Amino acid sequence: MNKRLFALLSVLVLASMMLAACGAKATETPAKEASEGAATATEAPVAAATEAPVAAFECTDAIGCVDIAPGEPVHIAYWGVLSGPDSSLGEDSKRGVEIAIDDMGGKFQGHDILLTTEDAGCTPEGGATAATKLATDTSIVGLIGSSCSDETVGGIATITNAGLTTISPSNTRPVLTKPDRGPDYAGYLRTAHSDAFQGKAVAEFAYNYLKVTKAATLHDGSTYAQALQQVFADEFVKLGGTIVAQEAVAKDATDMKPVLTTIAAAKPEFLYYPVFVSVGGYVTAQIRDVAGLENVKIAGSDGIFTADLLKGGGANTKGMYLSSPDFSAFTGDYAGFIAKHTAKYGGSTLSTFHAHAYDAANILFAALAKVVVADADGTLHVGRQALRDAIYATKDFKGITGTLTCSPSGDCGAPVIAVYEIMNSDPASWNPSDATNPNPKKIFP
Amino acid sequence: MRTSFGERLLDLAVNGFLWGFRILIVVIVVLGTFLTIRAGKYTSEQWIDFVVFGISQGSIYALIALGYTMVYGILRMINFAHGEIFMSGAFGGYFIATWLTGIGFMDKYPVFGLIISMMFGMLVSTLIALLVERIAYRPLRGAPRLVPLISAIGASFFLQYTFRGFFGPGVYAYPSMKALDGEWIFFGIGILKVQIVVTIAAVVMMSILYSIVMFTKIGKAMRAVSENKDVAALMGIDVNRIIVTTFALGAAMAGAAGVLYALTYRQVNFFTGFTPGIKAFTAAVLGGIGNIPGAMVGGLVLGIVESVGPALFLDSIGIPRPYQLKDAIAYIMLVMILLFRPSGILGERVSKKA
Repeated sequence: MNKRLFALLSVLVLASMMLAACGAKATETPAKEASEGAATATEAPVAAATEAPVAAFECTDAIGCVDIAPGEPVHIAYWGVLSGPDSSLGEDSKRGVEIAIDDMGGKFQGHDILLTTEDAGCTPEGGATAATKLATDTSIVGLIGSSCSDETVGGIATITNAGLTTISPSNTRPVLTKPDRGPDYAGYLRTAHSDAFQGKAVAEFAYNYLKVTKAATLHDGSTYAQALQQVFADEFVKLGGTIVAQEAVAKDATDMKPVLTTIAAAKPEFLYYPVFVSVGGYVTAQIRDVAGLENVKIAGSDGIFTADLLKGGGANTKGMYLSSPDFSAFTGDYAGFIAKHTAKYGGSTLSTFHAHAYDAANILFAALAKVVVADADGTLHVGRQALRDAIYATKDFKGITGTLTCSPSGDCGAPVIAVYEIMNSDPASWNPSDATNPNPKKIFP
Repeated sequence: MRTSFGERLLDLAVNGFLWGFRILIVVIVVLGTFLTIRAGKYTSEQWIDFVVFGISQGSIYALIALGYTMVYGILRMINFAHGEIFMSGAFGGYFIATWLTGIGFMDKYPVFGLIISMMFGMLVSTLIALLVERIAYRPLRGAPRLVPLISAIGASFFLQYTFRGFFGPGVYAYPSMKALDGEWIFFGIGILKVQIVVTIAAVVMMSILYSIVMFTKIGKAMRAVSENKDVAALMGIDVNRIIVTTFALGAAMAGAAGVLYALTYRQVNFFTGFTPGIKAFTAAVLGGIGNIPGAMVGGLVLGIVESVGPALFLDSIGIPRPYQLKDAIAYIMLVMILLFRPSGILGERVSKKA
């Protein structure tokens, strides 16, 4: 009997450890102050305020206002995955936001811009935790994030209800910007493409370019991977191909050989696994060890478009295909952005959505500039609904990724997808924006 | 004992539910197996592959499970930091293996290189385990049983985030050993070299441990302490020294397992120890916690069921994406074992005591 109690106790302990492990950590990164040297001269007009009492600002906004007193910063928060195997994805976008802030000189109408971050861990639970923390901070004006569609699914209701609006640079799950997505998503827009485009592009690549007719898919249970592989499967069948297997593993799985053996039994010519970094690395490292999959063509998507895949996947990553936003189709000054990125951080970009994050931050600042009300003493007032409406009203915005117009359901992206091939499995060689010797290299369309 | 009608009814309901659960699982297993074999989706080579994958994974579980079971046998406590001890061994092995690969030693003498990496991993694990024992467990030796358990969970998080602090959240790619690429052919069936090496290394480690416990003086003392600490002390055994030795031996096994695990999956990060740690704990309970051969059997059974289970039981009865349920299969099996044989597969000794 004691034994049974003991087993029950251990199960409870395990469960609590799992919950605890999903907790998120917060870090603060104040906006860099190095680049703002000249900006001090533009301090707001302070002198006029003392006499002639101006009619006090009255907040008439439906969901409240943020007031920023003189000397207080304009508080922007970034939420996304900043820890664990997928931290490159979140870190990459965060850099885009930081460069956008640098371009403003670190200041918005005389106020410092403060950027804080909240780790959401690429899980729905992490997203919910981060959203709750963000919702309680009333000084936050606007949000950039999240990284993973799962985080948005977990946190968006809290964010919308707190009167906040977030622009995601990298969520690609189609349903997030569907016209019937529901009122919880009122505070959600994205500059990333929808996977309705990405899945189709990969299907066309596989069927028309690689000329394969039998494909299999594998996902890691995340809403992103689940939806994307399904779009691919549907489009591939429409083109005339056959899907011979659709399998899935848990996000923390490590031994992929059994599931790959099951896939091998279906004899695919092409395996598509648009997963995240952990599963992506393990699958790639083990796939050639499984009898029947030695020569199958393999492809992933933007979730593993990072040098971390090469670290986990090893030599097998050479010749693997990855879909991603098409950098060469960006209409804005992408080369200029890369130059700033290199100057600030050194090395290559970490993942694929830095430019989308840069655009998202600039859309937020442009909307903010439209709705902000400044008192004579420099106090700023921002109506939350007004800001949200202004973001949705974004039209013909000249960003890096293209000329962006936000749809009523929150889609601001300019979706052009390309497929890249990994030319070299050494993580140090990763540099998709290298002019002469890019790795990975664009091969389709 | 007199019981009220309500209590008897509740008892009946609980027992009925448990029996229903047992029958349901058995029916699923039998039906699934029958349908899968009739469908003939997999060739016999593929079935052998499933079993081989399971054995190599299971032998790693078994090595880790030994640490849980030995510490439980002696102290009646669950060392929840054991998964992190395992991870530290993998990290230790990583640094030495990278260095050996860098100077070309690994390619020239792969066997020695592997042995040195394992030795170093074991050393790192042992040192960390001894520190944890000294700092987090020994001061709590006389405390109620729950206290060291909580302390162990704390130690586990402490180690995880210390490693994260030192080495960052990213993954480290293990150097691939050329000598371990490819397969060996047995009776016309190709088996991956790395899996054979991992399995053999694990079996060797386990035999060494078993001989120490069964045939040496210190092993005898360990068994005596596990029987009864106080009487053992009266017989002149230094109980503290035996406890330290037990921790060291368990940690050495975990360190070896860490290196073998990293060789198989070719990467390591600060969170590597969590899932295998829990799986190995499951294996230890499965085999009968406190029982050394039980941990070995439990590890192997768990590895094989995880590998074969989704394809054999679930594939053909219309459950989509069966591999997502791999962990569910492992834990349901644990529940089943605890229902049918509460002391675990080989656990008579413990049940007599409890």
